Amino acid sequence: MNQQKGIKRFFADFKKFFPLLLNLAGKDFKLKYRRSILGVLWSILNPLLTMIIITRVFGILLKVQVENFATYYLLGYTLWTFFSESTTNSMSSIVSGAPLIKKVYIPKYVFPVEKCLFSLINFGFSLIAVLLVMLLQGVYPTPVSLLVFLPVLYCFLFCVGFSLILSALTVYFRDIMHLYSVLLTIWMYLTPIIYPMSILKDHDKAIAIVHCNPMYYFVEYFRAVMMHGSDPIAYPVPSFAFNMVCLAIGLGTLVLGGLVFSRAQKRFILHI
Amino acid sequence: MNSQNAVELHDVQMHFNMSKEKLENLKEYFIKMVTHKLMYEDYTALDGVSFEVKKGDIFGIVGLNGSGKSTTLKLISGILSPTRGTVETQGTIAPLIELGAGFDMELTARENIYLNGSVLGYSRKYMDQKFDEIVEFSEMREFLDTPMKNYSSGMVARIGFAIATMTKPDILIVDEILAVGDFHFQEKCENRISGLMGGDTTVIIVSHAIEQIERLCKHCVWLEKGRVKMIGNAKEVCEAYKST
Repeated sequence: MNQQKGIKRFFADFKKFFPLLLNLAGKDFKLKYRRSILGVLWSILNPLLTMIIITRVFGILLKVQVENFATYYLLGYTLWTFFSESTTNSMSSIVSGAPLIKKVYIPKYVFPVEKCLFSLINFGFSLIAVLLVMLLQGVYPTPVSLLVFLPVLYCFLFCVGFSLILSALTVYFRDIMHLYSVLLTIWMYLTPIIYPMSILKDHDKAIAIVHCNPMYYFVEYFRAVMMHGSDPIAYPVPSFAFNMVCLAIGLGTLVLGGLVFSRAQKRFILHI
Repeated sequence: MNSQNAVELHDVQMHFNMSKEKLENLKEYFIKMVTHKLMYEDYTALDGVSFEVKKGDIFGIVGLNGSGKSTTLKLISGILSPTRGTVETQGTIAPLIELGAGFDMELTARENIYLNGSVLGYSRKYMDQKFDEIVEFSEMREFLDTPMKNYSSGMVARIGFAIATMTKPDILIVDEILAVGDFHFQEKCENRISGLMGGDTTVIIVSHAIEQIERLCKHCVWLEKGRVKMIGNAKEVCEAYKST
Protein backbone atom coordinates (compact mmCIF):
# COMPACT_ATOMS: atom_id res chain seq x y z
CA MET A 1 0.00 0.00 0.00
CA ASN A 2 2.69 2.39 1.05
CA GLN A 3 4.87 1.36 -1.83
CA GLN A 4 2.06 1.86 -4.30
CA LYS A 5 1.57 5.35 -2.94
CA GLY A 6 5.28 5.98 -3.39
CA ILE A 7 5.21 4.96 -7.04
CA LYS A 8 2.12 7.05 -7.70
CA ARG A 9 3.77 10.01 -6.08
CA PHE A 10 6.88 9.44 -8.16
CA PHE A 11 4.97 9.70 -11.42
CA ALA A 12 2.91 12.68 -10.26
CA ASP A 13 6.14 14.43 -9.26
CA PHE A 14 7.82 13.55 -12.50
CA LYS A 15 5.00 15.06 -14.50
CA LYS A 16 4.93 18.17 -12.36
CA PHE A 17 8.65 18.77 -12.46
CA PHE A 18 9.39 17.74 -16.04
CA PRO A 19 9.28 21.39 -17.19
CA LEU A 20 11.85 22.17 -14.50
CA LEU A 21 14.13 19.54 -15.97
CA LEU A 22 13.90 21.12 -19.40
CA ASN A 23 14.26 24.64 -18.02
CA LEU A 24 17.40 23.80 -16.07
CA ALA A 25 19.02 22.10 -19.04
CA GLY A 26 18.04 25.06 -21.21
CA LYS A 27 19.51 27.42 -18.65
CA ASP A 28 22.83 25.56 -18.63
CA PHE A 29 22.93 25.68 -22.38
CA LYS A 30 22.16 29.40 -22.52
CA LEU A 31 24.77 30.23 -19.90
CA LYS A 32 27.40 28.14 -21.61
CA TYR A 33 27.38 30.32 -24.70
CA ARG A 34 26.22 33.65 -23.34
CA ARG A 35 28.59 36.43 -24.39
CA SER A 36 30.62 34.31 -26.76
CA ILE A 37 30.52 35.66 -30.29
CA LEU A 38 30.26 32.36 -32.09
CA GLY A 39 27.84 31.00 -29.48
CA VAL A 40 26.33 27.65 -30.29
CA LEU A 41 28.70 27.25 -33.23
CA TRP A 42 31.35 26.30 -30.67
CA SER A 43 29.52 23.06 -30.04
CA ILE A 44 30.27 22.11 -33.61
CA LEU A 45 33.64 23.82 -33.95
CA ASN A 46 35.12 22.29 -30.81
CA PRO A 47 34.90 18.65 -31.87
CA LEU A 48 36.02 19.63 -35.35
CA LEU A 49 39.18 21.29 -34.06
CA THR A 50 39.90 18.46 -31.63
CA MET A 51 39.44 16.04 -34.46
CA ILE A 52 41.99 17.80 -36.65
CA ILE A 53 44.58 17.81 -33.86
CA ILE A 54 44.04 14.23 -32.79
CA THR A 55 43.97 12.71 -36.24
CA ARG A 56 47.16 14.59 -37.14
CA VAL A 57 48.93 13.54 -33.97
CA PHE A 58 47.86 9.94 -34.00
CA GLY A 59 48.16 9.63 -37.74
CA ILE A 60 51.84 10.58 -37.57
CA LEU A 61 52.89 9.24 -34.18
CA LEU A 62 51.04 6.02 -33.76
CA LYS A 63 50.49 4.86 -37.27
CA VAL A 64 47.13 3.46 -36.29
CA GLN A 65 45.92 1.24 -39.07
CA VAL A 66 42.27 2.07 -39.34
CA GLU A 67 40.38 3.00 -42.45
CA ASN A 68 38.79 6.45 -42.15
CA PHE A 69 40.53 7.07 -38.87
CA ALA A 70 39.10 10.58 -38.40
CA THR A 71 35.55 9.26 -38.51
CA TYR A 72 36.44 6.22 -36.46
CA TYR A 73 38.04 8.28 -33.76
CA LEU A 74 35.49 11.08 -33.72
CA LEU A 75 32.53 8.75 -33.33
CA GLY A 76 34.08 7.15 -30.27
CA TYR A 77 35.27 10.48 -28.94
CA THR A 78 31.87 12.23 -29.08
CA LEU A 79 30.04 9.38 -27.39
CA TRP A 80 32.76 9.19 -24.76
CA THR A 81 32.55 12.95 -24.18
CA PHE A 82 28.81 12.59 -23.71
CA PHE A 83 29.42 10.01 -21.00
CA SER A 84 32.30 11.73 -19.23
CA GLU A 85 30.73 15.18 -19.35
CA SER A 86 27.32 14.09 -18.11
CA THR A 87 28.69 12.05 -15.21
CA THR A 88 31.26 14.66 -14.19
CA ASN A 89 28.67 17.42 -14.17
CA SER A 90 26.09 15.31 -12.39
CA MET A 91 28.47 14.31 -9.66
CA SER A 92 28.53 17.72 -8.01
CA SER A 93 24.97 18.64 -9.01
CA ILE A 94 23.34 17.77 -5.69
CA VAL A 95 25.96 19.63 -3.72
CA SER A 96 25.66 22.73 -5.89
CA GLY A 97 21.89 22.48 -5.89
CA ALA A 98 21.94 22.81 -2.10
CA PRO A 99 20.40 26.31 -1.94
CA LEU A 100 17.31 25.06 -3.73
CA ILE A 101 17.10 21.69 -2.01
CA LYS A 102 17.17 23.37 1.38
CA LYS A 103 14.34 25.74 0.61
CA VAL A 104 11.82 24.05 -1.63
CA TYR A 105 10.55 20.55 -2.15
CA ILE A 106 11.84 19.32 -5.48
CA PRO A 107 12.56 15.69 -6.36
CA LYS A 108 16.31 15.59 -5.97
CA TYR A 109 17.01 13.39 -8.96
CA VAL A 110 16.12 16.41 -11.08
CA PHE A 111 19.67 17.72 -10.65
CA PRO A 112 21.74 14.80 -11.98
CA VAL A 113 19.17 13.96 -14.66
CA GLU A 114 19.19 17.55 -15.85
CA LYS A 115 22.97 17.45 -16.29
CA CYS A 116 22.65 14.31 -18.39
CA LEU A 117 20.02 16.01 -20.51
CA PHE A 118 22.29 19.00 -20.98
CA SER A 119 25.11 16.75 -22.17
CA LEU A 120 22.70 15.03 -24.52
CA ILE A 121 21.94 18.40 -26.13
CA ASN A 122 25.66 19.07 -26.53
CA PHE A 123 26.09 15.62 -27.97
CA GLY A 124 23.43 16.40 -30.56
CA PHE A 125 25.43 19.39 -31.76
CA SER A 126 28.67 17.43 -31.84
CA LEU A 127 26.93 14.92 -34.02
CA ILE A 128 26.63 17.62 -36.68
CA ALA A 129 30.41 17.99 -36.61
CA VAL A 130 30.79 14.24 -36.91
CA LEU A 131 28.50 14.18 -39.93
CA LEU A 132 30.60 16.90 -41.57
CA VAL A 133 33.78 14.89 -41.08
CA MET A 134 32.07 11.76 -42.36
CA LEU A 135 31.03 13.51 -45.55
CA LEU A 136 34.53 14.94 -45.98
CA GLN A 137 36.03 11.47 -45.65
CA GLY A 138 33.47 9.95 -47.96
CA VAL A 139 31.85 7.80 -45.29
CA TYR A 140 28.23 8.23 -46.20
CA PRO A 141 25.38 7.40 -43.83
CA THR A 142 23.05 4.64 -44.96
CA PRO A 143 19.49 3.83 -43.92
CA VAL A 144 21.06 1.73 -41.14
CA SER A 145 22.39 4.98 -39.67
CA LEU A 146 18.83 5.89 -38.75
CA LEU A 147 19.21 3.39 -35.91
CA VAL A 148 21.64 5.82 -34.28
CA PHE A 149 19.07 6.76 -31.67
CA LEU A 150 19.36 3.27 -30.17
CA PRO A 151 22.99 3.35 -28.96
CA VAL A 152 22.44 6.94 -27.81
CA LEU A 153 19.38 5.88 -25.83
CA TYR A 154 21.21 2.93 -24.24
CA CYS A 155 24.13 5.16 -23.38
CA PHE A 156 21.81 7.82 -21.96
CA LEU A 157 20.15 5.30 -19.64
CA PHE A 158 23.58 4.19 -18.51
CA CYS A 159 24.72 7.79 -17.95
CA VAL A 160 21.63 8.64 -15.88
CA GLY A 161 21.97 5.52 -13.74
CA PHE A 162 25.65 6.03 -13.17
CA SER A 163 25.15 9.74 -12.46
CA LEU A 164 22.53 8.96 -9.82
CA ILE A 165 24.98 6.74 -7.99
CA LEU A 166 27.86 9.19 -8.30
CA SER A 167 25.89 12.25 -7.24
CA ALA A 168 24.46 10.46 -4.20
CA LEU A 169 27.88 9.21 -3.07
CA THR A 170 29.47 12.61 -3.59
CA VAL A 171 27.14 14.13 -1.00
CA TYR A 172 28.74 11.93 1.63
CA PHE A 173 32.28 11.69 0.31
CA ARG A 174 33.56 14.67 -1.61
CA ASP A 175 36.79 12.80 -2.41
CA ILE A 176 35.02 11.03 -5.20
CA MET A 177 35.17 14.19 -7.27
CA HIS A 178 38.95 14.03 -7.36
CA LEU A 179 39.14 10.30 -7.68
CA TYR A 180 36.73 10.20 -10.58
CA SER A 181 38.87 12.20 -12.99
CA VAL A 182 41.63 9.62 -12.57
CA LEU A 183 39.16 6.80 -13.03
CA LEU A 184 37.85 8.44 -16.20
CA THR A 185 41.32 8.49 -17.73
CA ILE A 186 41.80 4.78 -17.12
CA TRP A 187 38.30 4.07 -18.31
CA MET A 188 38.86 5.98 -21.52
CA TYR A 189 41.89 3.89 -22.41
CA LEU A 190 39.88 0.77 -21.75
CA THR A 191 37.42 1.89 -24.38
CA PRO A 192 38.36 1.46 -28.04
CA ILE A 193 38.33 5.13 -28.95
CA ILE A 194 41.76 5.88 -30.39
CA TYR A 195 42.66 2.28 -31.10
CA PRO A 196 40.82 -0.46 -32.98
CA MET A 197 39.95 -3.69 -31.20
CA SER A 198 42.18 -5.53 -33.65
CA ILE A 199 45.38 -4.34 -31.94
CA LEU A 200 44.32 -6.36 -28.89
CA LYS A 201 43.95 -9.60 -30.79
CA ASP A 202 46.92 -11.30 -29.12
CA HIS A 203 46.02 -10.12 -25.63
CA ASP A 204 43.18 -12.25 -24.33
CA LYS A 205 43.25 -10.64 -20.91
CA ALA A 206 42.97 -7.14 -22.31
CA ILE A 207 40.04 -8.19 -24.49
CA ALA A 208 38.30 -9.72 -21.49
CA ILE A 209 38.73 -6.50 -19.55
CA VAL A 210 37.44 -4.35 -22.39
CA HIS A 211 34.44 -6.65 -22.70
CA CYS A 212 33.55 -5.84 -19.09
CA ASN A 213 33.41 -2.18 -19.99
CA PRO A 214 29.83 -1.00 -20.69
CA MET A 215 31.08 1.88 -22.81
CA TYR A 216 32.71 -0.59 -25.19
CA TYR A 217 29.30 -1.87 -26.29
CA PHE A 218 27.79 1.55 -26.82
CA VAL A 219 30.78 2.81 -28.78
CA GLU A 220 30.90 -0.27 -30.96
CA TYR A 221 27.18 -0.05 -31.63
CA PHE A 222 27.38 3.65 -32.40
CA ARG A 223 30.19 3.12 -34.88
CA ALA A 224 28.55 0.11 -36.48
CA VAL A 225 25.43 2.02 -37.48
CA MET A 226 27.25 5.16 -38.53
CA MET A 227 30.05 3.50 -40.52
CA HIS A 228 28.03 0.63 -41.91
CA GLY A 229 28.13 2.22 -45.37
CA SER A 230 31.93 2.27 -45.56
CA ASP A 231 32.49 -1.41 -44.82
CA PRO A 232 29.40 -3.56 -44.07
CA ILE A 233 31.59 -6.50 -43.01
CA ALA A 234 33.69 -4.62 -40.46
CA TYR A 235 30.63 -2.72 -39.25
CA PRO A 236 27.69 -5.14 -39.35
CA VAL A 237 24.20 -4.22 -38.26
CA PRO A 238 24.07 -5.04 -34.52
CA SER A 239 22.20 -8.24 -33.79
CA PHE A 240 19.15 -8.59 -31.58
CA ALA A 241 21.31 -10.19 -28.89
CA PHE A 242 23.71 -7.26 -28.97
CA ASN A 243 20.76 -4.91 -28.54
CA MET A 244 19.59 -6.86 -25.54
CA VAL A 245 23.03 -6.68 -23.95
CA CYS A 246 23.12 -2.92 -24.39
CA LEU A 247 19.58 -2.49 -23.11
CA ALA A 248 20.28 -4.68 -20.11
CA ILE A 249 23.36 -2.63 -19.22
CA GLY A 250 21.47 0.63 -19.61
CA LEU A 251 18.31 -0.36 -17.74
CA GLY A 252 20.21 -2.32 -15.10
CA THR A 253 22.38 0.68 -14.27
CA LEU A 254 19.35 2.96 -14.22
CA VAL A 255 17.46 0.72 -11.78
CA LEU A 256 20.51 0.31 -9.58
CA GLY A 257 21.11 4.05 -9.65
CA GLY A 258 17.48 4.72 -8.78
CA LEU A 259 17.64 2.37 -5.81
CA VAL A 260 20.89 3.77 -4.47
CA PHE A 261 19.70 7.32 -4.94
CA SER A 262 16.29 6.89 -3.36
CA ARG A 263 17.87 5.28 -0.31
CA ALA A 264 20.54 7.94 0.03
CA GLN A 265 18.45 11.04 -0.63
CA LYS A 266 16.59 11.04 2.67
CA ARG A 267 19.70 12.19 4.46
CA PHE A 268 21.04 14.56 1.79
CA ILE A 269 19.70 17.62 3.50
CA LEU A 270 21.77 16.98 6.59
CA HIS A 271 24.99 16.81 4.60
CA ILE A 272 24.80 19.62 2.08
CA MET B 1 -6.77 13.65 8.93
CA ASN B 2 -9.60 16.05 9.72
CA SER B 3 -10.92 17.57 6.49
CA GLN B 4 -11.24 20.94 8.22
CA ASN B 5 -7.50 21.13 8.69
CA ALA B 6 -4.84 22.19 6.23
CA VAL B 7 -1.89 21.06 8.33
CA GLU B 8 -1.66 18.57 11.16
CA LEU B 9 1.40 17.75 13.21
CA HIS B 10 1.22 14.81 15.58
CA ASP B 11 3.85 14.39 18.23
CA VAL B 12 6.61 15.38 15.87
CA GLN B 13 10.18 14.80 16.86
CA MET B 14 13.12 15.88 14.75
CA HIS B 15 16.62 14.69 15.42
CA PHE B 16 19.71 15.84 13.66
CA ASN B 17 22.78 13.68 13.74
CA MET B 18 25.30 16.41 13.75
CA SER B 19 28.62 14.78 13.22
CA LYS B 20 31.05 16.70 15.38
CA GLU B 21 33.45 17.36 12.57
CA LYS B 22 32.16 17.18 9.10
CA LEU B 23 33.75 14.11 7.58
CA GLU B 24 33.85 14.58 3.90
CA ASN B 25 36.60 12.29 3.03
CA LEU B 26 36.76 8.56 2.73
CA LYS B 27 40.05 7.95 4.46
CA GLU B 28 39.02 9.82 7.57
CA TYR B 29 35.69 8.07 7.55
CA PHE B 30 37.24 4.63 7.56
CA ILE B 31 39.83 5.48 10.16
CA LYS B 32 37.17 6.85 12.47
CA MET B 33 34.87 3.94 11.80
CA VAL B 34 37.52 1.39 12.58
CA THR B 35 38.62 3.18 15.73
CA HIS B 36 34.97 3.70 16.75
CA LYS B 37 35.40 7.39 16.89
CA LEU B 38 32.46 8.26 14.70
CA MET B 39 30.86 10.59 17.12
CA TYR B 40 27.48 11.96 16.55
CA GLU B 41 26.00 14.66 18.60
CA ASP B 42 22.33 14.09 18.70
CA TYR B 43 20.51 17.34 18.47
CA THR B 44 16.78 17.44 19.02
CA ALA B 45 15.33 20.36 17.12
CA LEU B 46 11.70 19.50 17.81
CA ASP B 47 10.27 17.29 20.49
CA GLY B 48 6.67 16.22 20.83
CA VAL B 49 5.25 19.07 18.81
CA SER B 50 1.59 18.75 17.90
CA PHE B 51 -0.69 21.36 16.49
CA GLU B 52 -3.17 21.77 13.72
CA VAL B 53 -3.89 24.63 11.39
CA LYS B 54 -7.43 25.10 10.13
CA LYS B 55 -8.12 25.76 6.48
CA GLY B 56 -8.15 29.47 5.69
CA ASP B 57 -6.35 30.35 8.90
CA ILE B 58 -3.48 32.81 9.11
CA PHE B 59 -1.15 31.06 11.46
CA GLY B 60 1.94 32.52 13.08
CA ILE B 61 4.95 30.80 14.62
CA VAL B 62 7.01 32.78 17.12
CA GLY B 63 9.99 31.90 19.25
CA LEU B 64 13.61 32.76 19.86
CA ASN B 65 16.42 31.82 17.53
CA GLY B 66 16.95 28.06 17.53
CA SER B 67 13.53 27.27 18.91
CA GLY B 68 12.64 25.17 15.87
CA LYS B 69 10.58 27.58 13.79
CA SER B 70 12.37 27.03 10.52
CA THR B 71 12.56 23.29 11.10
CA THR B 72 8.79 23.28 11.53
CA LEU B 73 8.31 25.11 8.26
CA LYS B 74 10.65 22.73 6.47
CA LEU B 75 8.70 19.78 7.81
CA ILE B 76 5.42 21.27 6.62
CA SER B 77 6.76 22.01 3.15
CA GLY B 78 8.16 18.49 2.85
CA ILE B 79 11.84 19.37 2.67
CA LEU B 80 12.54 17.45 5.87
CA SER B 81 10.79 14.35 7.08
CA PRO B 82 10.28 13.90 10.83
CA THR B 83 12.24 11.37 12.87
CA ARG B 84 9.10 10.42 14.74
CA GLY B 85 5.47 11.40 14.49
CA THR B 86 3.57 12.53 11.42
CA VAL B 87 3.15 15.68 9.41
CA GLU B 88 0.07 15.78 7.21
CA THR B 89 -0.91 18.46 4.78
CA GLN B 90 -3.82 18.95 2.42
CA GLY B 91 -3.51 20.81 -0.86
CA THR B 92 -0.76 22.54 -2.79
CA ILE B 93 2.00 24.27 -0.90
CA ALA B 94 3.81 27.36 -2.11
CA PRO B 95 6.91 28.09 -0.09
CA LEU B 96 8.14 31.65 -0.25
CA ILE B 97 11.66 30.99 -1.31
CA GLU B 98 14.15 32.97 0.66
CA LEU B 99 16.00 35.73 -1.04
CA GLY B 100 17.28 34.57 -4.36
CA ALA B 101 17.39 30.88 -3.57
CA GLY B 102 15.58 29.82 -6.71
CA PHE B 103 17.22 32.35 -8.94
CA ASP B 104 20.27 32.08 -11.11
CA MET B 105 21.90 35.46 -10.91
CA GLU B 106 23.40 35.18 -14.39
CA LEU B 107 19.97 34.99 -15.96
CA THR B 108 17.67 37.92 -16.62
CA ALA B 109 14.55 38.48 -14.55
CA ARG B 110 12.39 37.27 -17.42
CA GLU B 111 14.26 33.97 -17.61
CA ASN B 112 14.27 33.65 -13.85
CA ILE B 113 10.52 34.06 -13.59
CA TYR B 114 10.02 31.05 -15.83
CA LEU B 115 12.75 29.07 -14.10
CA ASN B 116 11.32 29.80 -10.68
CA GLY B 117 7.83 28.95 -11.84
CA SER B 118 9.02 25.51 -12.85
CA VAL B 119 10.81 25.12 -9.52
CA LEU B 120 7.40 25.51 -7.93
CA GLY B 121 5.98 23.01 -10.40
CA TYR B 122 4.03 25.27 -12.75
CA SER B 123 3.87 24.61 -16.47
CA ARG B 124 5.19 27.04 -19.05
CA LYS B 125 1.71 27.71 -20.39
CA TYR B 126 0.52 28.66 -16.93
CA MET B 127 3.48 30.98 -16.46
CA ASP B 128 2.75 32.66 -19.79
CA GLN B 129 -0.69 33.54 -18.49
CA LYS B 130 0.61 34.86 -15.20
CA PHE B 131 3.71 36.59 -16.50
CA ASP B 132 2.25 40.08 -16.82
CA GLU B 133 0.64 39.88 -13.44
CA ILE B 134 3.96 39.02 -11.82
CA VAL B 135 5.81 41.81 -13.59
CA GLU B 136 3.11 44.29 -12.69
CA PHE B 137 3.10 43.38 -9.03
CA SER B 138 6.88 43.48 -8.71
CA GLU B 139 7.04 46.84 -10.58
CA MET B 140 10.18 45.65 -12.33
CA ARG B 141 9.13 45.93 -15.95
CA GLU B 142 11.98 48.20 -17.02
CA PHE B 143 14.61 45.81 -15.63
CA LEU B 144 13.12 42.65 -17.08
CA ASP B 145 16.04 41.91 -19.37
CA THR B 146 18.80 42.84 -16.95
CA PRO B 147 20.78 39.97 -15.44
CA MET B 148 19.69 39.57 -11.85
CA LYS B 149 23.21 39.90 -10.49
CA ASN B 150 22.74 43.63 -11.07
CA TYR B 151 19.63 43.73 -8.91
CA SER B 152 19.51 44.93 -5.34
CA SER B 153 18.33 42.45 -2.72
CA GLY B 154 15.05 44.30 -2.39
CA MET B 155 14.40 44.00 -6.10
CA VAL B 156 15.13 40.29 -6.01
CA ALA B 157 12.73 39.88 -3.11
CA ARG B 158 9.97 41.65 -4.99
CA ILE B 159 10.14 39.24 -7.87
CA GLY B 160 10.30 36.27 -5.51
CA PHE B 161 7.24 37.40 -3.62
CA ALA B 162 5.31 38.13 -6.79
CA ILE B 163 5.95 34.62 -8.12
CA ALA B 164 5.05 32.83 -4.92
CA THR B 165 1.75 34.66 -4.46
CA MET B 166 0.57 35.01 -8.03
CA THR B 167 -1.41 31.84 -7.76
CA LYS B 168 -3.76 30.97 -4.96
CA PRO B 169 -1.99 28.07 -3.29
CA ASP B 170 -3.84 26.12 -0.62
CA ILE B 171 -1.01 26.70 1.81
CA LEU B 172 1.39 29.62 1.66
CA ILE B 173 4.54 29.50 3.76
CA VAL B 174 6.23 32.78 4.61
CA ASP B 175 9.58 32.81 6.36
CA GLU B 176 10.78 36.26 7.41
CA ILE B 177 10.53 37.48 3.87
CA LEU B 178 8.42 40.48 4.73
CA ALA B 179 11.43 42.08 6.35
CA VAL B 180 12.83 43.07 2.98
CA GLY B 181 11.87 45.71 0.50
CA ASP B 182 10.97 49.31 1.24
CA PHE B 183 7.97 50.17 3.41
CA HIS B 184 5.85 50.75 0.36
CA PHE B 185 6.47 47.26 -0.93
CA GLN B 186 6.10 45.71 2.52
CA GLU B 187 2.67 47.24 2.70
CA LYS B 188 1.86 45.81 -0.69
CA CYS B 189 2.97 42.36 0.45
CA GLU B 190 0.85 42.55 3.55
CA ASN B 191 -2.15 43.58 1.50
CA ARG B 192 -1.58 40.65 -0.76
CA ILE B 193 -1.42 38.25 2.16
CA SER B 194 -4.56 39.78 3.65
CA GLY B 195 -6.14 39.37 0.23
CA LEU B 196 -5.31 35.69 0.29
CA MET B 197 -6.99 35.50 3.69
CA GLY B 198 -10.36 36.12 2.05
CA GLY B 199 -9.95 32.97 -0.04
CA ASP B 200 -9.34 29.47 1.20
CA THR B 201 -5.60 29.92 1.38
CA THR B 202 -3.97 28.95 4.63
CA VAL B 203 -1.00 31.15 5.46
CA ILE B 204 1.76 30.15 7.83
CA ILE B 205 4.12 32.92 8.87
CA VAL B 206 7.37 32.89 10.79
CA SER B 207 8.63 36.27 11.82
CA HIS B 208 10.58 38.08 14.48
CA ALA B 209 8.51 41.17 13.85
CA ILE B 210 6.01 40.37 16.55
CA GLU B 211 3.73 43.28 15.67
CA GLN B 212 3.36 41.87 12.20
CA ILE B 213 2.24 38.52 13.57
CA GLU B 214 -0.19 40.22 15.92
CA ARG B 215 -1.64 42.28 13.11
CA LEU B 216 -1.90 39.57 10.45
CA CYS B 217 -2.51 36.30 12.26
CA LYS B 218 -5.56 34.76 13.83
CA HIS B 219 -3.81 31.96 15.64
CA CYS B 220 -0.28 31.50 16.78
CA VAL B 221 2.05 28.95 18.31
CA TRP B 222 4.99 29.81 20.53
CA LEU B 223 7.90 27.42 20.35
CA GLU B 224 10.58 27.23 22.98
CA LYS B 225 13.56 24.89 22.67
CA GLY B 226 11.69 22.63 20.31
CA ARG B 227 8.54 22.33 22.40
CA VAL B 228 5.20 24.02 22.22
CA LYS B 229 5.09 26.60 24.98
CA MET B 230 1.76 28.12 24.16
CA ILE B 231 -0.81 27.91 21.42
CA GLY B 232 -4.01 29.76 20.70
CA ASN B 233 -5.29 33.20 19.83
CA ALA B 234 -2.55 35.28 18.19
CA LYS B 235 -3.02 38.33 20.43
CA GLU B 236 -2.83 36.36 23.65
CA VAL B 237 0.19 34.32 22.59
CA CYS B 238 2.04 37.41 21.39
CA GLU B 239 1.28 39.24 24.63
CA ALA B 240 2.68 36.36 26.62
CA TYR B 241 5.69 36.07 24.36
CA LYS B 242 6.48 39.76 24.60
CA SER B 243 6.25 39.80 28.37
CA THR B 244 9.07 37.28 28.77
